[in-house]
Amino acid sequence: MADKKPLYKEFTKGLIAENPVLRLVLGTCPTLAVSTSVEGAIGMGVAASIVLICSNIVISALRKIIPGKVRIPAYIVIIASFVTIVQMLVKAYVPSIDESLGVYLPLIVVNCIILGRAEAFAGKNSVIASAVDGMGMGVGFTGALLAMAVIREFFGSGSIAGFQLIQESWPVDPMIIFILPPGGFFVFGMLIAVANRLAEKKGKPKAELHGCESCPMAASCSLIGTDDSCDVKEATVK
Amino acid sequence: MTKAFLAILVTAILTENFLLSKFLGICPFLGVSKKLNTATGMSMAVIFVMLLATAVTYPINKFILVANDMAYLQTIVFIFVIAALVQLVEIVLKKYIPALYSALGIYLPLITTNCAVLGVVILNVDNGYNFAQSMVNTLGAGLGFLVAMVMFAGVRERLESCDVPKFMQGLPITLVAASLTSISFLGFTGIVEGIFG
Repeated sequence: MADKKPLYKEFTKGLIAENPVLRLVLGTCPTLAVSTSVEGAIGMGVAASIVLICSNIVISALRKIIPGKVRIPAYIVIIASFVTIVQMLVKAYVPSIDESLGVYLPLIVVNCIILGRAEAFAGKNSVIASAVDGMGMGVGFTGALLAMAVIREFFGSGSIAGFQLIQESWPVDPMIIFILPPGGFFVFGMLIAVANRLAEKKGKPKAELHGCESCPMAASCSLIGTDDSCDVKEATVK
Repeated sequence: MTKAFLAILVTAILTENFLLSKFLGICPFLGVSKKLNTATGMSMAVIFVMLLATAVTYPINKFILVANDMAYLQTIVFIFVIAALVQLVEIVLKKYIPALYSALGIYLPLITTNCAVLGVVILNVDNGYNFAQSMVNTLGAGLGFLVAMVMFAGVRERLESCDVPKFMQGLPITLVAASLTSISFLGFTGIVEGIFG
């Protein structure tokens, strides 16, 4: 299906039209957790992108060998192997990033973007298309993380990537709430609202939580189509 | 001794709440918190799987991985054990305890890739807890998950009858509501040191 589209489109769709964080609303946990500083956001973005590209390539190469019934466990093992490799590399070469990411580094395994792309794209498309798709999604994820982190670090600690912009002698103090958990939810909500507004202008649908087809667990989820499914759209009264 | 356990429990429930301050398990928090009964069902399933996962991974980590100097395999082994465990629990419940299966069963597949379960297992190892401490911490994390889910489900039900500005409808207002719920938990900061310190 998607093989017929030109390759560059597989890349660019991940940047804006199908941005994994702001449009598909996947990978919310790391987005909220590590976006307190630009350094952490870049570290998480790059680490997750490497895992995403590598696992997309391997899963796509093995797509005809892995039996359909055990594909989810097989994907999880492939992803976990790459996460372990990245984890060891980060620990060895950039220990400061390892410290700032903490438990969220091994938790890349359960980042729904990666399993979601494996299930929705890599399992059905050629190796090259999957690699390009992984790159686009990785850049889109990193971009969204960066946008969150720039806003939160600027308002919360008065700096961007460690450079102090709001001087101590100034009569304004940074609003610490932005780097605390509530600030994460708030900034993310605002970014989604902006993304929705821009999408609406172009006549595209609003971002919904998952919209089950992009959810990696859709195959085994029994909530689909019921009132309880992860579809936020219905929650608001028109 | 009891005091130390209570401190771990209260920290895990209130000050370091999994959903509202650690951001672990946000997908179900936003996805399945629309109604009180689904929120409770999902939380119960999470507590159940978390406790089982801790009970199973602790000996595997201690007697197989650490004993053989293979601690670097933790991530792979843990996620695989959790995935297998969830499948097994589903099969066993379906066959032998159908009542429990009908209450929790539909949530089980969603839990495999829930970062809260893998997160609590990894945090127990990182914190160097022994078996009893791990179980208490896991129970606290699960109860904290339940408390946040139930609170947020209440907020969501009220939100449905509100007149929300058009551009905030849907997900944005849900996230802002989560932000306000999270602020309420900030109030517990320091409570553990105050009581148990």
